[in-house]
Amino acid sequence: MDQIEKRVVLKAPVDRVWRAISDAKQFGVWFGVELDGPFVAGKPVTGCIRPTQVDASVAKGQQQYDGVRLEWHVEAIEPMRRFAFRWHPFGVDKHVDYSHEPMTLVEFMLAEATGGTQLTIRESGFDKIPLERRAKAFAANDGGWTKQVELIEKYLARESAR
Amino acid sequence: MRADRLVAAAPVFAALGDPTRLGIVARLCTHGPQSIAQLTEGAAVTRQAVTKHLVALEDAGLVRGSRDGRERIWELQGKRLADARGYLAQISSQWDAAIERLRAFVETDD
Repeated sequence: MDQIEKRVVLKAPVDRVWRAISDAKQFGVWFGVELDGPFVAGKPVTGCIRPTQVDASVAKGQQQYDGVRLEWHVEAIEPMRRFAFRWHPFGVDKHVDYSHEPMTLVEFMLAEATGGTQLTIRESGFDKIPLERRAKAFAANDGGWTKQVELIEKYLARESAR
Repeated sequence: MRADRLVAAAPVFAALGDPTRLGIVARLCTHGPQSIAQLTEGAAVTRQAVTKHLVALEDAGLVRGSRDGRERIWELQGKRLADARGYLAQISSQWDAAIERLRAFVETDD
């Protein structure tokens, strides 16, 4: 269990999915971040968490994550096939300096599939993160991200209904 | 901890990357809190080696040593282990949610 792997088939052509994951602006829209620049292989990219404000009742709880800075390191951009970067997995506690901690590797892999695109997302390298940190992060994160995810889903549902 | 739960937790132990440490953890799972003498009994490693591994496990937050008279008694930190597993489960569900957002994004028009 030192890596997480997800495999789904999306009903969209490979080039559409490729743009959604390799174009930093598009990535930001569905993921819920605002990135300062494009993804360039071998270069870092900075940005911040910028959750959508769609529900005043939970805005207060989400406020603590809004604007939290992040830095990812783009490892590989292999057009239509693979996009990979390193990050601090869902590190959103602004009071914690993650910069000296090990990063995990996130890989998006695409393949043509019947009716669309097979997407595999693999996050690996959790064995490098101290168990102590993992346990603390779990206790600290409980709730916050769940709320944020709900907000983004609401926003996207509203956007696609237009 | 029951045997099936121990098997389920094995990959986390494997993350520690050492069969001796896994053996110590398994032993603490099965027998509950133990002294170094008890942990070394029947083991193919020295007392010093066991102590070294216990310190590594303690650093990882997996075990805790407490003094009982002249001896230190070591016990498993089950909560810490469960939390660490919970962390991966949490990240896993965050990816599930992210994938659904990506799906909504790419399966509608540009």
